[in-house]
Amino acid sequence: MGSRASSLLREEDIEEIKKETGFSHSQITRLYSRFHSLDKGENGALSREDFQRIPELAINPLGDRIINAFFPEGEDQVNFRGFMRTLAHFRPVEDNEKNKDLTSGEPLNSRTNKLHFAFQLYDLDRDDKISRDELLQVLRMMVGVNISDEQLGSIADRTIQEADTNGDMCISFSEFTKVLEKVDVEQKMSIRFLH
Amino acid sequence: MASSICLCLLRAVFLVCFVNPLIQGLSGDVNLVQDPRHRLEKNLTGLSIVTFDWHHVQTPYLVITWVFVAGLAKLSVIELNHHVISVVPESGLLIILGFILGGIVWGADKAQTFKLLPPTFFYYLLPQIILDASYFMPNKLFFSNLGSILIYAIFGTCWNAATVGLSLWGCYEAGVMGNLDIGLLQFLLFGSLIAAVDPVAVIAVFEEVHVNEVLFILVFGESLLNDGVTVVLYNVFDAFVALGGPRIDAEEIFKGIFSFVVVAFGGSFLGVVFAVLLSLLTRCTKHIQIIEAGFVFVVGYLAYLTADMLSLSAILSVTFCGICCQKYVNANMDEKSVTTVRHAMKVLANGSETMIFVFLGITAIDTEIWVWNTGFILLTLLFVFIYRIIGVFLLTWMLNKFRLVPIEVIDQVVMSYGGLRGAVAYGLAAMLDKDKIPEKNLIISTTLIVVYFTVILQGITMKPLVQWLKVKRAAHSDLKLIEKLNNRAFDHILAAVEDICGRIGDNWWTRGWNRFEENYISWLLMKPKARKNRDYLFSIFHKLNLEDAVNYVSEGERQGSLAFIRSDEVANVDFKKQFGSEFTDVMPDIMVNMSNYELGIENFSVTSIVKDTIPSVSLDIHGKDRKNAADDINAHHLLQQHLYRSRKNHRHKFSRSHFSINQSEDEVQEIFQRTMRSRLESFKSAKMGVNPAKKITKHHKKDLTHKMANGHPDGTDHLYGDEVDSAVGSETGAIRGTFMRDTYTVRAGIENPVFLPAMDSPTHSSLPWLMETDAVAPSQRAQWRLPWTPNRLRRLAPMRVSTCSTDSFLMADLEEHEEKPQTDHEEEIRPVFD
Repeated sequence: MGSRASSLLREEDIEEIKKETGFSHSQITRLYSRFHSLDKGENGALSREDFQRIPELAINPLGDRIINAFFPEGEDQVNFRGFMRTLAHFRPVEDNEKNKDLTSGEPLNSRTNKLHFAFQLYDLDRDDKISRDELLQVLRMMVGVNISDEQLGSIADRTIQEADTNGDMCISFSEFTKVLEKVDVEQKMSIRFLH
Repeated sequence: MASSICLCLLRAVFLVCFVNPLIQGLSGDVNLVQDPRHRLEKNLTGLSIVTFDWHHVQTPYLVITWVFVAGLAKLSVIELNHHVISVVPESGLLIILGFILGGIVWGADKAQTFKLLPPTFFYYLLPQIILDASYFMPNKLFFSNLGSILIYAIFGTCWNAATVGLSLWGCYEAGVMGNLDIGLLQFLLFGSLIAAVDPVAVIAVFEEVHVNEVLFILVFGESLLNDGVTVVLYNVFDAFVALGGPRIDAEEIFKGIFSFVVVAFGGSFLGVVFAVLLSLLTRCTKHIQIIEAGFVFVVGYLAYLTADMLSLSAILSVTFCGICCQKYVNANMDEKSVTTVRHAMKVLANGSETMIFVFLGITAIDTEIWVWNTGFILLTLLFVFIYRIIGVFLLTWMLNKFRLVPIEVIDQVVMSYGGLRGAVAYGLAAMLDKDKIPEKNLIISTTLIVVYFTVILQGITMKPLVQWLKVKRAAHSDLKLIEKLNNRAFDHILAAVEDICGRIGDNWWTRGWNRFEENYISWLLMKPKARKNRDYLFSIFHKLNLEDAVNYVSEGERQGSLAFIRSDEVANVDFKKQFGSEFTDVMPDIMVNMSNYELGIENFSVTSIVKDTIPSVSLDIHGKDRKNAADDINAHHLLQQHLYRSRKNHRHKFSRSHFSINQSEDEVQEIFQRTMRSRLESFKSAKMGVNPAKKITKHHKKDLTHKMANGHPDGTDHLYGDEVDSAVGSETGAIRGTFMRDTYTVRAGIENPVFLPAMDSPTHSSLPWLMETDAVAPSQRAQWRLPWTPNRLRRLAPMRVSTCSTDSFLMADLEEHEEKPQTDHEEEIRPVFD
């Protein structure tokens, strides 16, 4: 299985993905075989249904939001490049990368990009602001049914107050970054991918 | 609290003191034989009205008395000060209580009359514990980690046995232990019996320590399987010892290894055979439902005994029997029988477990078995501890090369520290042949000390250790709400991405197996009806609905009226006519919604329903709750309490003593329900020609801005908890509002309002079931007495989505001749729940 999958992946593609995402060669082939096994349509791209077939995602409160995060705006399919680009957000920041000069642009797994990934889960209308409604929707997903709407509303209000500095009752991305500056995002948003 | 303990102890003392003189007075089997004649003679002298026949009942009486005492012991332990319970694990407390009881017996008899004898243990106490553990094994988790579990169970056990045996032998040769009549083979035999981690002890301790599910299944699966491996290993070495050192050559060693493989795999295979047998049996017990639950126990025990008879591994046999049959048996049997099996299994397993621990304690109070050899005992403790750690780290290091998500260091520490030894080791030690192994008593006492040491001391320190290790990692505490919220969100995101990447690599063969299982095995072993209802989603809905219905009724009872139940029964009957018996499962749910709807129409008080959901007949409790909460709401606390935990923090599913769904499973169901609901919506919208990906976002945006603009969220408001009063002036508006409210109950708490526009389409107003409401209107009284609690109803609601939406899989199930796109949808949604 693994060998068949990797044979479908051309060497130059791997090189490009490597450059873009920072994954190692074996990680790319490994994830490709996973990609391939998720791809029930066998058309080289994943649809939402492909993701939804993963049973664990059905019991993840943010599952569908995360699935959506894999799809570029307005598209129904994600190819392997896009898949890897999203996963690259979760690559741990390695020590040698920290000191590297940022001439080649910011890596996908930087703190800002990790935060932006989380931010996008809230920001449904992609206007770079989390409104009260958007926050409430996420809150509703993440808490049990035992909390009443009023309670949830006041939680949302307080949350926005904590972050909102310019008083527009929305959380912008800069406010979001600022309020989470003490959180160890690098560690909390990283997965140890197998080498 | 303390008084009840004293009471229990007093009772126990009374029983022991009362029973013991009797045994002393009239002891021995010889008397038992003479007994009838004795009685006959007595009868000749004249008719006695009441006779005292102790011999007649002696054995069963003693057995049942001890069961009773053990039960009381458990009771007193549980009722004990909760502070003590939180520090010392239950198993440890039971052992200590056993010491006390043993002391009492010894004080009365000056000898230990009662002991845990190997046959009793292996034939009457152990099987049900293993069966229970395997029958409730979280199968999916077990099989997805089977590789690691097998490595730990087989190689870990062999490693432990070999290293402990060899090291002890080395130390003995070096002269640390003085003069003992013991050789290399005996040391290896001892090593093999002390190698097994005991499932009973492990579960008892791990249950109190919250560990993640992968770690749990690794430890649990390992301890379950390595019991079997130990017994096999023990038998091989026992045979070697019997054969004697000089006669062992390469051929014999090869035969030993071969028999190890045959015994282990033969036992497992036999278990599978019995599982198939049991599944087939439950397929055709439709007409004798009353005893079908019994088959599970009988066949399970048969699997154990048969394997033992064929000198295959009995423990492995019953383990695999339980693991393999659970799915089919649960599907085939009636729901009542399933519940019976669950309860009975827990009663038996818990009972034996208690007996085992108490008797482990009692056995210690016996001067006969105690032989002290400082070097031997201390070195054994040391080696057992150290080699467990080395073994775990070594094997994990190798396993981590293959696992996609490696086992972390903290988990490894917990695993190695969780190497508790238990009754199996003692049972094996007590089975040793005194003629072949002169130092049997030393081995027994060492085994007992290892058991006490690991169960009590390691059990006590386990929890603090885990807490300490965790604390070290989490230095920064959540100060702000948003940090708390996001930390949890990060957890969920990580869990989801891990799932997307696949946790155990490419599971090509799992898929292949699933297909095979679906097509052939289920066909063979499951009733056709059960196969149909096997849908995961459906069963969860069904379970939830049953639960909610029960809650609903009890709430009504609390209100002091059962009137609504009667009238609902009427509604039920009516509905059956409409939808056919297939829908009886979802009945309670539909009924509730029907009544709601009726109530709404009657009242016309949309304001109260939509906004506050406290209509005139409501329980005021909720209103009060809410007011108080609004006053001094502690948002932090609330979030802490109610945020869903991510998979990593979930508790495992298997529990020794609780079989009801625990909190986390409830959460899982809730989330699952919501997700499925939103997906159904998306299917629906897709079917109605709306492209879910592109248009809906825009749609939604428009909708949102629209709502914001006129400040009139129109029905969605209660979703967001807005204070806006959405009451509309006109009567028509009110009706519409009621209707809206009703449809919205369906999606209350829905997380993806992306799909709201599709729902608002007028298709719903023409749905047949809504039209039926007039026909099934509950009586006037029922309408007014209906206990109305918004939360309850919200939970009850979701099933209706699937009944009212025309393209849901339920409908597709019902009418198979429906057009193709719908069955396609069904096909699409099915594979999600394997």
